[in-house]
Amino acid sequence: MWRDALLVAGRDLRIELRTRVGLWQVLPFALLTLLLFAFALGPKPGLLAEAAPGLFWLSILLSVVLAAQRSIAVEGTRATREGSRLLGLDPAGIFLGKMLALLVEVLLLEAVLLVGVLIVFHVLVTAWATLIASCVLAAIGLCAASILYGSLAGEARIRATLLPVLLLPITAPVLIAGAKAFDASVVTGSGSGARWLGILAVFALVYTALGIVLYGPLEES
Amino acid sequence: MNRAIRILGPTSILLCVLDVILGLWVTPDDENQLEYVRLVYIHPAEAWVALYVAIAMAALCSLLYLWKRTRSLKWDRLAASAVEVGVVFILLTLVTGSIWGRATWGVWWTWDARLTATALLAVLFLGYIALRRVPADPETRARRCAAAALFAAVDVPIVHFAVNWWNTLHQSATVLNPNLKPRIHGSMAWTLLLSFIAFTALFAWMVLLRYRIEVNAHSGEDVELADALAERRAEGVTS
Repeated sequence: MWRDALLVAGRDLRIELRTRVGLWQVLPFALLTLLLFAFALGPKPGLLAEAAPGLFWLSILLSVVLAAQRSIAVEGTRATREGSRLLGLDPAGIFLGKMLALLVEVLLLEAVLLVGVLIVFHVLVTAWATLIASCVLAAIGLCAASILYGSLAGEARIRATLLPVLLLPITAPVLIAGAKAFDASVVTGSGSGARWLGILAVFALVYTALGIVLYGPLEES
Repeated sequence: MNRAIRILGPTSILLCVLDVILGLWVTPDDENQLEYVRLVYIHPAEAWVALYVAIAMAALCSLLYLWKRTRSLKWDRLAASAVEVGVVFILLTLVTGSIWGRATWGVWWTWDARLTATALLAVLFLGYIALRRVPADPETRARRCAAAALFAAVDVPIVHFAVNWWNTLHQSATVLNPNLKPRIHGSMAWTLLLSFIAFTALFAWMVLLRYRIEVNAHSGEDVELADALAERRAEGVTS
């Protein structure tokens, strides 16, 4: 399973390196949403710093939808599916591979957006370990859920509108827990991030397990 | 099924009428909430059906569909019926909760944990219905929808904890509280219990009706297909 996963992850990342959709489309979109949020809230440094945790995770969530659309589009053609089947790849391996490739992209996106938030929204981080752990756990959960829902959402022309409707409500706990963990990591924040990291870990674990078990039957259809 | 529908229909309506009579005229008002307390004979029962019965039924039927030994389209249709009727109960829960919230908290909507979780659940169920409308063959659609219902059911406890820790104004459970000491007695307790039975029966009746419509719609499709095939064969004979 892991060998297949690495094979699929390598393929997806190579496609991404060659096409650079993430770099030229997803990343600018994420930065644009941050700027638009700032325009909507007005140039008040205090308000922007207070809203930064929620805005950061909302930008990530919206960008993950785009990145996931792209990742599923690569797998979505009939020829690719037939090829994977003929090669005898383990469906759980395909799921993990796609998830790993998307995880690399989302982690890079989070890193760039985090720098943007720290600079533009004047946020001062005090608990880096909590912040990094929340980013990693949330990314795992988001990637697992978006690959799963992508395989549910069917054909390309419907997927573009259906995937956000299916994915965004399910990821509400990630938005809440991620924003709260971020809030607990900054100088103006309050509370402990431990319980929020717990929610992110459970979400990541549950959706990764569901993906390993159910991706095969879903792809058969 | 038709017999169950014939029995459940009048029974559930009778129980609901009895609930309304007891709730409005027999039970006393409350010291703090005055007449608004009568919403307790509608709102918790709707929430029970929407947040527990409908989800449990949709998840169980989806699981039975996904399990190869019990795989049958009837489970898919029952799950879909439970979700559709569940959406109606979720919306009713939100509306009656909003009216109660205006009376007790002074606002139509607040970012309370249970309100937020219920609203999220409504969107999750609407997503399921949207997925069901995607054109696909019945088996593919059933498999996708069963998975979506299971994912949603798994998400419910996570949403519950996340929003509960996030913010809660809502009172703790009146009957099934952590101390297991009901805070409601006498005629109020019996009417509350009756409301739970009445709304569960009403839900079961509506689900069966919806299921029958689904079955009839598909048998209609089969008849149309058979007619179309017969027409084609007839064309072949005449040419």
